[in-house]
Amino acid sequence: MFVPNSNAFPEKSSNAIADPQLQEALGLLRVQSIPNRLKAVDKLPEFEALRDRARDLKDHILGHLDQYLLQFEEQVKLSGGEVHWCSDAESARQTILRLCREAGAKTVTKGKTMIGEEISINDFLSENGIEPVETDLGEYIIQLRKETPSHIIGPAIHVTKRQVEQTFREHHTDLEPARSLEDPNALMAEARAKLRDRYFEADVGITGANFFIAETGSTVIVTNEGNGDLTQTLPKMHIALTSIEKVVPTLDDAMTLLRVLPRSATGQELSVYVTFSTGPRRQTDPDGPKAFHVVLLDNGRSGYLGGPMQEMLRCIRCGACMDHCPVYHAVGGHAYGWVYPGPIGSILTPALVGVENAKHLPHASSLCGRCESVCPVRIPIPKLLRHWREEEFTRGITPAVQRSGLGLWAWFAKHPALYRFAARWGTRLLRLIADGRGSVSVLPLAGGWTKHRDFPAPQGKTFHDQWRAQRSTGGAK
Amino acid sequence: MPPAAKGQRVALFVTCLVDLFRPSVGFAAVKLIEQAGFTVEVPEAQTCCGQPAYNSGDRADTQAIARHTIQAFEGYDYIVVPSGSCGGMLHCHYPELLAEDPKWAARAVAFAARTYELTQFLVEVAKIKIDAAFPARVTYHDSCSSLREMGVKTQPRDLLGQVKGVQISELAETEACCGFGGTFCVKFPDISNSMVERKTADIVASGADTLLAGDLGCLMNIAGKLKRQGSTVKVRHVAEVLAGMTDDAAIGEAE
Repeated sequence: MFVPNSNAFPEKSSNAIADPQLQEALGLLRVQSIPNRLKAVDKLPEFEALRDRARDLKDHILGHLDQYLLQFEEQVKLSGGEVHWCSDAESARQTILRLCREAGAKTVTKGKTMIGEEISINDFLSENGIEPVETDLGEYIIQLRKETPSHIIGPAIHVTKRQVEQTFREHHTDLEPARSLEDPNALMAEARAKLRDRYFEADVGITGANFFIAETGSTVIVTNEGNGDLTQTLPKMHIALTSIEKVVPTLDDAMTLLRVLPRSATGQELSVYVTFSTGPRRQTDPDGPKAFHVVLLDNGRSGYLGGPMQEMLRCIRCGACMDHCPVYHAVGGHAYGWVYPGPIGSILTPALVGVENAKHLPHASSLCGRCESVCPVRIPIPKLLRHWREEEFTRGITPAVQRSGLGLWAWFAKHPALYRFAARWGTRLLRLIADGRGSVSVLPLAGGWTKHRDFPAPQGKTFHDQWRAQRSTGGAK
Repeated sequence: MPPAAKGQRVALFVTCLVDLFRPSVGFAAVKLIEQAGFTVEVPEAQTCCGQPAYNSGDRADTQAIARHTIQAFEGYDYIVVPSGSCGGMLHCHYPELLAEDPKWAARAVAFAARTYELTQFLVEVAKIKIDAAFPARVTYHDSCSSLREMGVKTQPRDLLGQVKGVQISELAETEACCGFGGTFCVKFPDISNSMVERKTADIVASGADTLLAGDLGCLMNIAGKLKRQGSTVKVRHVAEVLAGMTDDAAIGEAE
């Protein structure tokens, strides 16, 4: 089970920084994803206007969610499929297990789905005697390594090529041990060959859905490897597992989001595959599943509609915020302790698992705002991080020492004469400690600062003291 | 002196860090604004902009500090701040913080409209001609709040372009945070360190002998790291260079 472990963020982030293999893997992310997105965006002059449209579209949808979800269900029924409403992870797991049993499933192939991670579907199916097989290359790698995704687009971004090679050699023991796996293409070909047979063995294919369309009852997946198509087309049952906020009213609306999603996610104008699935196989269709099910997960999302956190539900899971986040660059995704890492994770995780279970995440940001500047649906991430900080402060989750320190400081800030007095003596004290040096390497009560850097000493008297002295004597400006 | 400026009163919001650590930045700002023909005053009642409380989730105290600051700065034509993050606090966040307070909402909006980051004020309002020399190869760090909240990017570069002898050599990733982030840098020292290490590596790679920026928080963070690494790169607030006040030791250096 993917049990939230976000309160271990301080230790996990420090360990991540000290892990050279992880740092090597993360280094690539920073130098590749940022320029890739920029190139794609530069080629589309109307990109900023498209971001506005995408934001407005998502706001409209969130304001009319009930209407579009019901319309979607109606359309799915008309095309011969079925929608399952699941209020929480447990009900989604049970629904999927029941469907798999109905199909007599022993093996389930899986396309990439973060909702699958949210409900820990792999562990649950395994515990119930059904083998889940990940077919996305990144997901396949981490399934072999018994890890969780560390990025919502590149689940194995934390793994170096050397580590992949090692993992494949450990697991693919039927292959020639002396084979060369130097070339990344060789790794890909090996995974592809291994997975090919599994598609045909599978009784059920589970995919996610990047969007689903109310007017047609279709689900949409955006992929690059073609594995999603094989997963949902070959088995006799296709289960699309998704969450309620991913509905869009029309095909045109899906196109609006498709214009910003791949550009923001991977810097592609369009992903290699965009697959629309509508209902089960019809008599005239050459292929397709006999049964089509959509499992719609709420898991607490609807409780945020109409409230101060609603904007987080605009997210279309492109991953641009984590690709551009200096904190994510430093620590990777696992330190965040649950399904969604990075800036969006720091607002979603407190919402979905409780802020008391993710209390560090809203603070694990310098509020630099780079995430908001690249978000295709303009989610005001720093504002929403501050919202959680306020909630923690109001509910007393903020540590008492910090609260009383802040209270004392705020009291001074509201009393200028005393503030001036404290500043004067603080400056004197720091000058005394510095003893003529420009900066100090050890400073009492400032270990967080001086652990890694020197502390610059004050120049002299405070500005206000100097200013008052100059103006009262009519001295030099 | 541009005629429009004659008699217009500018209030300087000094900022806590300039007050405590680097008064020369305040005096450089005063010199520049006066040079452009404005009268500068320093309201006595000012303290801190409230960012520590705001970013820690203490909304009530932040609102009280915002009201206090707005009141202290009423009656001036402009409020100028030698910091993008304090400027962003006054300009972007005060109106949002007081939006639902019928007595203060309009005052906060009017206050915000008169508030400028220093280089922004010098370029957009004062249209200043810089008269300074600084023979050095410099690089410029865009502080996140300057860049994203105040829209400051070209202004300091335009002004530096007028300083005799200055050569600008840009950083590889100018839009990346230096890792300061106020209380962030002491709450998550290892993450902050990882960020500032990347920044100082970029600074050293730029070949510049001086790093400039418009925010003392970033400057103290970067200077402290460069010092710890034994680097010879000097660190200064951009106002000191623009005002020709570079006789004082650089940040973190002994007199």
